Amino acid sequence: MSRLNDANEVLAKEIIGRYPKARSATIPLLHVAQQQNGYITNEAIAHIAELVGATSAEVLGTCTFYEMFKMQPVGKYLINICTTMSCALLGAEQLVQHAEQHLGIKAGGTTPDGLFTLERAECQAACTEAPCLQANYRYRYRVTPAQLDQFLDDLADGRLDAEIPPHGVVARVRQSIPVDRGVGAVAPDEVHEAPAWMSLGEKS
Amino acid sequence: MTDTKSGTEPEAAVPVDPNVVSVTLNGRAIEAQKGELVIAAAQRHGVYIPRFCYHERMSSVGMCRMCICEVDTGRGPQLTPTCMVAVAPNMVIDTESEMTKNVQQGILELLLANHPLDCPVCDKGGECPLQDQAFSHGPGESRYIEEKRHFEKPIPISDLVYLDRERCILCDRCTRFADEVAGDALISFTSRGNETHITTFPDEPFSSYFSGNTVQICPVGALTAKPYRFKARPWDLAQQESTCTTCSVGCRIVIDSSRDEVLRYMGVDSEPVNHGWLCDRGRFNFESTKSADRVLQPLVREHDELHEVSWNEALAAAASIIEEAKAAGGAAGVAVIGGARGTNEDAYAWARLAHEVIGTPNVYSQMGDGLPADLLRLDRATIDETASATTIVLLAPDLKEELPVLYLRLREAAEKKRSRIIEFTPKQTGLTRHAWRSISYEPGSQVAAVNEALADAEIAAQLAKGDVVVVFGRANLAETITASVQALHRLLAAAPGTKLLPAFRRGNSVGALQVGLRPGAGGLDTRGVLQAAADGKIDCLVLVGADPLADFPDTELARRGLAGARRTIAVDTFLTGSSARADVVLPACAFGEKDGTTTNLEGRVSNVVRQVSPAGNTRPDWMIASGLATALGSDLGYANVGEITLDIAINVPGFDHVTSAALAASADGVLSGTPTAIWPVTLLEGTAPERNSYDLRLVISRTLYDQAVGTATSPSLAHLPRGSAVHLHPLDLARVGTADGVEVKVRSARATIVLPVVADASVVRGTAWLPWNNPGPNPGELIDCFAAVNDVRIENL
Ligand code: SF4
Ligand code: SF4
Ligand code: FES
Ligand code: FES
Repeated sequence: MSRLNDANEVLAKEIIGRYPKARSATIPLLHVAQQQNGYITNEAIAHIAELVGATSAEVLGTCTFYEMFKMQPVGKYLINICTTMSCALLGAEQLVQHAEQHLGIKAGGTTPDGLFTLERAECQAACTEAPCLQANYRYRYRVTPAQLDQFLDDLADGRLDAEIPPHGVVARVRQSIPVDRGVGAVAPDEVHEAPAWMSLGEKS
Repeated sequence: MTDTKSGTEPEAAVPVDPNVVSVTLNGRAIEAQKGELVIAAAQRHGVYIPRFCYHERMSSVGMCRMCICEVDTGRGPQLTPTCMVAVAPNMVIDTESEMTKNVQQGILELLLANHPLDCPVCDKGGECPLQDQAFSHGPGESRYIEEKRHFEKPIPISDLVYLDRERCILCDRCTRFADEVAGDALISFTSRGNETHITTFPDEPFSSYFSGNTVQICPVGALTAKPYRFKARPWDLAQQESTCTTCSVGCRIVIDSSRDEVLRYMGVDSEPVNHGWLCDRGRFNFESTKSADRVLQPLVREHDELHEVSWNEALAAAASIIEEAKAAGGAAGVAVIGGARGTNEDAYAWARLAHEVIGTPNVYSQMGDGLPADLLRLDRATIDETASATTIVLLAPDLKEELPVLYLRLREAAEKKRSRIIEFTPKQTGLTRHAWRSISYEPGSQVAAVNEALADAEIAAQLAKGDVVVVFGRANLAETITASVQALHRLLAAAPGTKLLPAFRRGNSVGALQVGLRPGAGGLDTRGVLQAAADGKIDCLVLVGADPLADFPDTELARRGLAGARRTIAVDTFLTGSSARADVVLPACAFGEKDGTTTNLEGRVSNVVRQVSPAGNTRPDWMIASGLATALGSDLGYANVGEITLDIAINVPGFDHVTSAALAASADGVLSGTPTAIWPVTLLEGTAPERNSYDLRLVISRTLYDQAVGTATSPSLAHLPRGSAVHLHPLDLARVGTADGVEVKVRSARATIVLPVVADASVVRGTAWLPWNNPGPNPGELIDCFAAVNDVRIENL
């Protein structure tokens, strides 16, 4: 539950292979770690440092620079309510209070069942749709308190599983690229023709 | 705005030197060098631009914005961080404009917004760039009335360094140093924006050998060193420049003292030597000077106990021991060993005492762990030549452990791609990861390893480029130097013109050898002396700061030698395992308590100074030699140390230009010349026997922190040695059938010792590595110093 598990270590090595310098894989590997555990453990950081040939302190520095990497366990659903200007003007603070009451926690906290973590967030670049929020970085726009209640209930009851995966799952895209796509680290002067994947789609 | 055109010469008069760039600085035409940063060019021309993050020995990062000035490159004046921009032709720089001043005040107001302003209780107060520049360039007032950010006050980030995150201005100097210069990126910025702060990773302290440098370069009081915290205020310090003699790199330092007590050393930026850096061992072992365990009075043994006596009594007792010995067995019955830790003057006085007054040829300054003296006759490279050579060949111990700042210089050479390093080593070293080729060998097979490398076309081609320097030292104490010397000669023959940097370890090894602490005709070296003593042929053994029990690789021979010498006289700063057994102990001044000169491994002579009064009744070694000569009815004729410096210049080949005046005139010291004659060394014969497949070949080398007297008597360093253990390659460990941390028996032909085993991938398969002189069982018991190599067997208890 702490270092990368065997399958993820294999994946990590494959990801490292895509870059000319192993260190460049630091951020992708942090995503793998967060996907595995829901947050980033110190053991995972030390493991990533070993894999990319950096010190743990360097990986920690990179990791903590990014808000989306969590160093503490968070709930299955991370609810970020925007409280920046446009949203603030259209009732974001009331929305936060409403969410706090609904969930029985203060912003910044996690429900005892581990289902929800509530946070105030900075502008989510959806100002025209204020007030807005994100659950595991999936948007909901012009949210009213009633819609918020419904949304939280839907999440809790699993009705949105198809759209919103648990926290840490960055995207439901494949991590490994089939060999026939010819993707990988290639020095620029070794490139003589267009990469295989460019022509793959052409025929179909 | 200054009119720039009218102030400059017409175009035709501009020199055509392509490396010169003409720019205007505050209305004055100046010539900068191509590629020079504006901040550096301005400084060379007497204009100091305020700065926090910029440091001339590290890359620029533009973190603090303090150096912003108005710079016009033809598009009108622009606010530009001058540490990030190189001079360009016809650039106009204004460091004094209203706009520049405004910005500087603004930056300082911002930097101080979160600063606790606890200068009255801050060690840096009085020498703090933030304090100074707030005074000279700051607004004097702050508009910030909100809550400042708070952190727990200083937290230890290593055994030696504390971090106060409230004071930190996030200049990236410490972190850049750790990564770029030391290669130990164990501290890093974490978080972002207002939360940004320096941390270590949990349970991975900033245990760099060079951590003290971050304290010195931190532009605020955020980093403080444990040994100096709250000890003094800068305005109470007296300072003098000196030279560290802990190892033979000879880094330039400043000794700071207050009330006749040494309080710290700071690195001085000497271009040819240390670039301002020091290792932590050299920086913090000043504590040893004021240790309560120093020998402060002359001691004479009576009824098997040492008693305090006056200097006259002690010198008379020593003289009568020497005279009795001469009467019993002739002058050769007296032997003098040691003296590589003192000054050139100490060594010269002792050499004269031994050779001229006593008349013995049995004199040697190395402790059986050194290098053949006649290497000094070869074409020697300087540190600078080594760190800029096309190829650096290492046939040396782990320089990170033994000559730390030389390691920094060579690491930089490799990192900056100036040099390629080819390393031959019996164990991976600090430079292995920077080496172009690292070739590991099993002790005894050095020549084969070199031959094999020379047969490699790429290596041969690399060497054929010329400009090769070999760094040659003692990589393994558990073998004779023979195979390494043969490998060296093989290399020198294959790459003619190659120069040598001899990696002697003790501070003044080179000086001691050159000024005369070496055998006379037919004389014995230290191994010979100890053997003769063990055989009952030495009636008086004189130890000049020598501790054979701790330093001579073959502990059994050291013990037998000390026991076999009929009488022993010791000159020492502490009662060591060896000097505590002496019949007469003459208390010596420590570093910082005496004046003189020292010679580093490249032959550079620089001064060491007396900054505090000698502790107790101690005297410098040269004065002890003088007193002893007088007690022996002779006279060395020295009233002060300057007379000896002069005598050395007159009498020692290669030192004729090393005068007090020349030393005073050159901040970086004076290079001495090649000696015309030095003791011809006869290497022990013997090729390494085949290793039995049940055995492992023994490799023993030094670690930076060990039980050396200066480390063991410095409280801040004393607990840093990691402890005696036998390190095996993980596969060998599995073969032995034991596990990491378990105690095992290590058995050589000599002895068996029991100690924990450590799985260590840096150890070569088929060898067993042990650190020298660490707390715990002594690996010197395993070594036969006459054997070409030593093998051991590892057995489970
Ligand atoms: S601790 Fe000092 S050197 Fe390090 S970033 Fe902070 S101010 Fe700079
Ligand atoms: S490298 Fe050597 S000379 Fe330099 S500070 Fe360290 S011990 Fe002293
Ligand atoms: S202010 Fe809320 S999304 Fe921009
Ligand atoms: S000194 Fe130039 S930005 Fe800090």
